[in-house]
Amino acid sequence: MAEQMKPGSGPLDYGNRLWLKILFGVIFFMLYVPIITLVAFSFNTDRRGIVWRGFTFDNYVKAWNNSSLIEAMINSLMIAFIATLIATVLGAMVALMLWRFRFPFKGAYEAFMGLPIVIPEICMGVALLLFFNETGMMTAVVAMPWPLNLSNIIIAHVAFCFPFVAIVVRSRLVGFNRQLEEASKDLGASEWQTFWKVIVPFMMPGLVAGALLAFTLSLDDFVITFFTSGPETVTFPVKVYSLVRRGVSPEINAASTVLIVITVVATVLAMKLQAPQKSGKG
Amino acid sequence: MTDPIVSIRGVSKKFPGGVIAVDDVNIDIAPNEFFALLGPSGCGKTTLLRMISGLETPTDGQIIIGGQDMALTPPNKRPTNMVFQSYAVFPHMTVEENVAYGLRVTGVPEDETKRRTAEALEMVKLSHLAKRKPDQMSGGQRQRVALARALVKRPKVLLLDEPLSALDAKLRDDMRMELTRLQETVGITFIIVTHDQDEALSMASRIAVIDKGAVQQIATPSELYEQPATRFVADFIGKVNLIDAKVLSKKAKAITCEAKGLGKLTFDTEKACGDTVAVAVRPEKLKISKAEPKAAGLIKVQGNVRDVAYYGDTSHIVVSIKGGPDLQVNVQNDSRTGGSGVERGQAIWVSWMPDDSLVLTE
Amino acid sequence: MDNWKDNRSVFWTLAGPGTFWLLVFFILPLGFLFVMSFSDKAIINGEVSITEYDYLTGISNYIRSVDTLYLTIIWKSIWVSALATVLCLLTAYPIAFGICFASEKWKPLLLLLVVLPFWINLLIRTYALIAVFRSQGYVNLALGAVGLGPYDMLYNNFAVIFGLVYVYMPFMVLPLYATIERLDKSYLEASLDLGASQFTTFLKVTIPLTMPGIITGVILVFIPCLGSFLTPDLLGGANAIMIGNVIERQFKAANDWPFGAALSFMLMYATFAALMLRAFLAKRSAGVDV
Repeated sequence: MAEQMKPGSGPLDYGNRLWLKILFGVIFFMLYVPIITLVAFSFNTDRRGIVWRGFTFDNYVKAWNNSSLIEAMINSLMIAFIATLIATVLGAMVALMLWRFRFPFKGAYEAFMGLPIVIPEICMGVALLLFFNETGMMTAVVAMPWPLNLSNIIIAHVAFCFPFVAIVVRSRLVGFNRQLEEASKDLGASEWQTFWKVIVPFMMPGLVAGALLAFTLSLDDFVITFFTSGPETVTFPVKVYSLVRRGVSPEINAASTVLIVITVVATVLAMKLQAPQKSGKG
Repeated sequence: MTDPIVSIRGVSKKFPGGVIAVDDVNIDIAPNEFFALLGPSGCGKTTLLRMISGLETPTDGQIIIGGQDMALTPPNKRPTNMVFQSYAVFPHMTVEENVAYGLRVTGVPEDETKRRTAEALEMVKLSHLAKRKPDQMSGGQRQRVALARALVKRPKVLLLDEPLSALDAKLRDDMRMELTRLQETVGITFIIVTHDQDEALSMASRIAVIDKGAVQQIATPSELYEQPATRFVADFIGKVNLIDAKVLSKKAKAITCEAKGLGKLTFDTEKACGDTVAVAVRPEKLKISKAEPKAAGLIKVQGNVRDVAYYGDTSHIVVSIKGGPDLQVNVQNDSRTGGSGVERGQAIWVSWMPDDSLVLTE
Repeated sequence: MDNWKDNRSVFWTLAGPGTFWLLVFFILPLGFLFVMSFSDKAIINGEVSITEYDYLTGISNYIRSVDTLYLTIIWKSIWVSALATVLCLLTAYPIAFGICFASEKWKPLLLLLVVLPFWINLLIRTYALIAVFRSQGYVNLALGAVGLGPYDMLYNNFAVIFGLVYVYMPFMVLPLYATIERLDKSYLEASLDLGASQFTTFLKVTIPLTMPGIITGVILVFIPCLGSFLTPDLLGGANAIMIGNVIERQFKAANDWPFGAALSFMLMYATFAALMLRAFLAKRSAGVDV
């Protein structure tokens, strides 16, 4: 007999196949080696970052003392924070509306909401650059005090973030049993009370996940920020871009590592919150 | 018995976590049999069926199909075909393509494929739907496609996983008859997995009752009902009154025991036993009477009617007896008064012929 | 679901702010861009102005964009993106497949490992690749250790395609994973049971039934690849320019906004064409979406 299976296994137990394990190994190696070396070499003493010469925190100290890098970082965090706040509120409202109501041309409206997600970033970036220029907003905000001078970037970030929030929150709302709402009203709660005491708590994991998504999207964005930031304002990705164009340096590694840690923590949190509820809850 | 077509010998399946799904099972299935694997959900019967098909392999033992040990042979190299519980009719193919699939992938010439596909569709009465896609069909129709798709391969053994469970009551009766008819026409061994005792009893020529991965009894339907080998089988097949009893003495051909609430009883049996046994008797074998029954040799006990449930043609009466378990008695309803004539709380005698009861030793 | 007419005030309160934001800060800018794409730089006193424009002068920018030079770049953007998409599919399919059939214990971890790089800043990931690929990078060091190289792995088409695959692979894995996970495994079992080999089963059952996921993944990777700017800019340099780089140049260094606007719309039309193709394919395989 030619082909034989292993005792106790089945024909669909691909998870145990050797070739698949090797493939996984190779692909994860390729995915992670660049990132891991980037992190590792942020602790390297060698200025040119080619060979390992010894462990140090110097690069972090240098990055910390590099005022323009720190300013860019603070700008980025501020933009992400405000944009997230606005995007979460707008996204949640749109999600509630799409979940609650049927109305004419709903399909078209959903497509309209999805546009910022599908349109190439660079097109959105140049369109906003043109818009801010023509309306005079580009020059207007330069004179404003911090953080109002970041307004244009924040406006742009909200525009591409909140449709993502709407999607996340809406997918959470789909699981809502509307009998809970009816039960609440039956027990004498008003529409407003029902909203705050029943619907909002149910939405909460979706809201937090959506907010974290918006935060990472905003913090990550380079292209749109690149076009909408005036010559005076610099965000972290834009700063890194200008440094990278000049070459590799361990300071960038250090600053990047900090950003990686922030995003990884935010992502793991978001995934935990979005994971299907353990039985007994919801 | 003629040479078995399927012979399961010492088959066990242990999962990595240590769970034993199938525990040292031995079954021989003769050609042309309509064999049923019956048991509660999670008893291992589906795992057993999947091991016959090759979708899973045993950790121990042999599965001999047509004289060859195929325990580790991949499913595509086995002379078995399966009708899946979910039917698994390919949604991206028409009915015709579904049925022809198994022939095409094994290199059967195209003209023969066409002819056999047409025949198979004819057999399950779906020729008029040949060009349909499965999503335009009812569950019953999809099941027929699954049947035709398996039968067109002319397997030595056809495996059916809970074939009636997804159908509604009316369709289920039709399909049951259809399956029996098909089995007689094509002359292929059918092995069916079911948790429904009615399905197994009404279709199968022999049944293996399985519990916790082990075979409890292999017998014909009537033997299973009348002569259950174990408490589990008696309880699983139909409704039964089980009365625990303590063995007082054991002779070669008889057991004398003290049954709870019934007193001292003697049964003719050759089975070996431990310290305790159970007396089993079907509800429809019990008689009730207001006065003490006078006939000699009857087992009888007085009790109170605890509950009466009316089911149209019959009534189920629950009688509580002193020192023993509640007994259920099924009586035919009187066609004129429209009831059993028994009321709750009433004192009543329950009696039966000793031959109608059975002593279960395990 | 309620009819919007039943509760107009709630409906408008919820719909208003988001719709307003999108109209003013997204649709309106696109409108500006659209007008600009039909405009030209103003000529004042015989000199081309840097800041003033003559609006809606004609389609000269579009005519220029189908010039051989730009057509070549557009064409190259398309094939680079297509190649990157195919490579993504070839690596992502086994990964998604493997995760679906991995034990329940490993599944969430494997999924996290695939998705995590996607959350790390695009710029940082691209920068990490530069460090690995540059002539004194680790790949060349490793090759040098066995007596090969050094090779120029940066600033060419190879670097751009590798970078695109590296950056967008999670976009392919996720829809594939979702479709394969939802696929009723008894279809595969039925195929094997009917005598098909593993390979035939994969070709005739698994692939057709996961086609919706493949289409979604292909679109999700192809569109951002086509419009990518950062990856070709940093990894490709002057040798591997894509349409995104040309657009950027018009708005920054070359300062020819009307032409940049026209190119942007060409890119958007290509994107919409890809989306429409997807909708068409999805409709055709509607019965397959199990």
